[in-house]
Amino acid sequence: MSTAAAGVKHKRRNPILPYLLILPTGIFVAMFTAWPTLLALYQSFYRQRLNIAKFREPTFIGLGNYAALFSDDRFLLVIKNTLIYVLVTAPVSIILGFLFALLINRTIKGIGLARLAFFQPTILPMVSAATIWMFFFTPDYGLWNSFLRFFGYNGPQNWTGNQHLALIAIMIVGIWKNAGYYMIFYLAGMQNLPTDVYEAATLDGASGWQMLWKITFPLLRRTTLFVSTIAFIGAFQMVDHIFVLTKGGPSRASTVLLYYLWQMRFENQDVGLAAALTIILILFLLIFTITNFALSEQKEEESYA
Amino acid sequence: MPEAVSPRGFWARLSYWIMLAVTGVLALLWAAPVIWAFIASTRPASEPLGRGDVWFGSALTLANYGRAMTLAPFKLYYMNTIIIVFTILAVQLITITLAGFAFAHYKFMGKKLLLFFILMQLMIPTTALLAPNFSTIRALGLFDTRMAIAIPYFGSAFGAFLMRQAFLEVPHDLVDAGIIDGCNWWQLLRHIYMPPAKSMLVAFGLSSVAWHWNEFLWPLVVTNSDKSRPLTAGLVRFTQLGEIGAQWSLLTAATLLVIAPLFIAFLIFQRQFIQSFVHSGIK
Repeated sequence: MSTAAAGVKHKRRNPILPYLLILPTGIFVAMFTAWPTLLALYQSFYRQRLNIAKFREPTFIGLGNYAALFSDDRFLLVIKNTLIYVLVTAPVSIILGFLFALLINRTIKGIGLARLAFFQPTILPMVSAATIWMFFFTPDYGLWNSFLRFFGYNGPQNWTGNQHLALIAIMIVGIWKNAGYYMIFYLAGMQNLPTDVYEAATLDGASGWQMLWKITFPLLRRTTLFVSTIAFIGAFQMVDHIFVLTKGGPSRASTVLLYYLWQMRFENQDVGLAAALTIILILFLLIFTITNFALSEQKEEESYA
Repeated sequence: MPEAVSPRGFWARLSYWIMLAVTGVLALLWAAPVIWAFIASTRPASEPLGRGDVWFGSALTLANYGRAMTLAPFKLYYMNTIIIVFTILAVQLITITLAGFAFAHYKFMGKKLLLFFILMQLMIPTTALLAPNFSTIRALGLFDTRMAIAIPYFGSAFGAFLMRQAFLEVPHDLVDAGIIDGCNWWQLLRHIYMPPAKSMLVAFGLSSVAWHWNEFLWPLVVTNSDKSRPLTAGLVRFTQLGEIGAQWSLLTAATLLVIAPLFIAFLIFQRQFIQSFVHSGIK
């Protein structure tokens, strides 16, 4: 028996095999995550513009790219747009996702159709969704305006071409696309909730609202933290519809960080500035991830205190 | 949630019906764009779509789909997307299974460090790294190939982590019994670890296919011709063709061509899709 146990233990150790098994994943992570991060950091200290002959070779300029960005009003506008975009799109999608889940978490005939309606934007390519929405935002005969007129709104018509509405249009499409995705996590969470707690609360005479705030919401805290992590990280990366609907305009009113990065690298051919923007984007993502993580730890402690 | 079918009293019943009405209206609103696009795509191109009036057209036709197919090489785009998506999937299934197995089964030096190194990919998403990755693709001589679109996704931290979690749930006694029976690592993986973890692999696979089918920005950056361009990038080019203009029936037909395969698959396997999205997210 003891030799068998030793054999079992021995089988979980191997001097090279585990490394070989991890190697394929490791190589690709090294090539397309670790290396590009370091490369971007390095390039961000150099001036290099591929479409200007005298700047084609990289020259070390220290923090020059960062200094140029932070003294540039265009960049500050982009940061402002990005924060508005992320801080509105993510929470609104999450709240709607929660609401949808509440509404359809019941056994009635036909409720599956509602679930389908809410979820289907998730599996559409963002560029296809945006192409459809393009018609809705079109001046004069857009459906969106007909819809708003129905409610008595006769304001500006050209959504994607209006400086004050372009970013909002982009946010509407983003929210429409993602709310149903977050819904399914809440739905899964709600279906795991203990029914006896609700029965006890009902016996105690708790109202529906009280149960929602005092039981459902707290019990779904972990779901909310998970969903908000993917929602915020996702919002920073969601730019496909901008290519179709506004191209970042008018006057950069709907340009967000990742789109600006793309413009700098592939339209302006500015390698150094694009690298600095990459580092700034990574920092934003890390800040949001770490904040979320810290919040979850803190809340966890509070609830057990 | 409490079963609301037998509401107590008038107010409870009223609020129940209001809830149902709200659900119905919201669901209609959410589905409207896609339903509208489908109807618009079946209207004759000669029929102007002024004032968004597609609901009461005079005739139905599939001609727009045919015309869209001739105006842009959608067949080629389809082939490219399918090849790209399934190349990524095939490689990922192998890499994540092997890495997940190593992290779940073996004890070795630097395990935590290696796991952390790979999980870095979750904190720094590949999408954010498009500028430096573009340089790598250039340096590798892969620009404007299908491989250029696929290769950054061959290693998936997310998938490796999912498989590790699935393998960790396999009972130790079962593994030990396999070892005593003389299984080598491959037999352990295949006969003991894999069977209970298969559903996780399927879940990851479905969400991987859906994700890469829909991807646009990276393919846009690393392609330059129709021979490597996938459906998403092809569609955006198509919408910007001068001769298309505001022919909505044609535009929506092209859009639905891009959506169709995944959407139909989703309608058939709705439950599996939703479950796979939940599983590959929540663990």
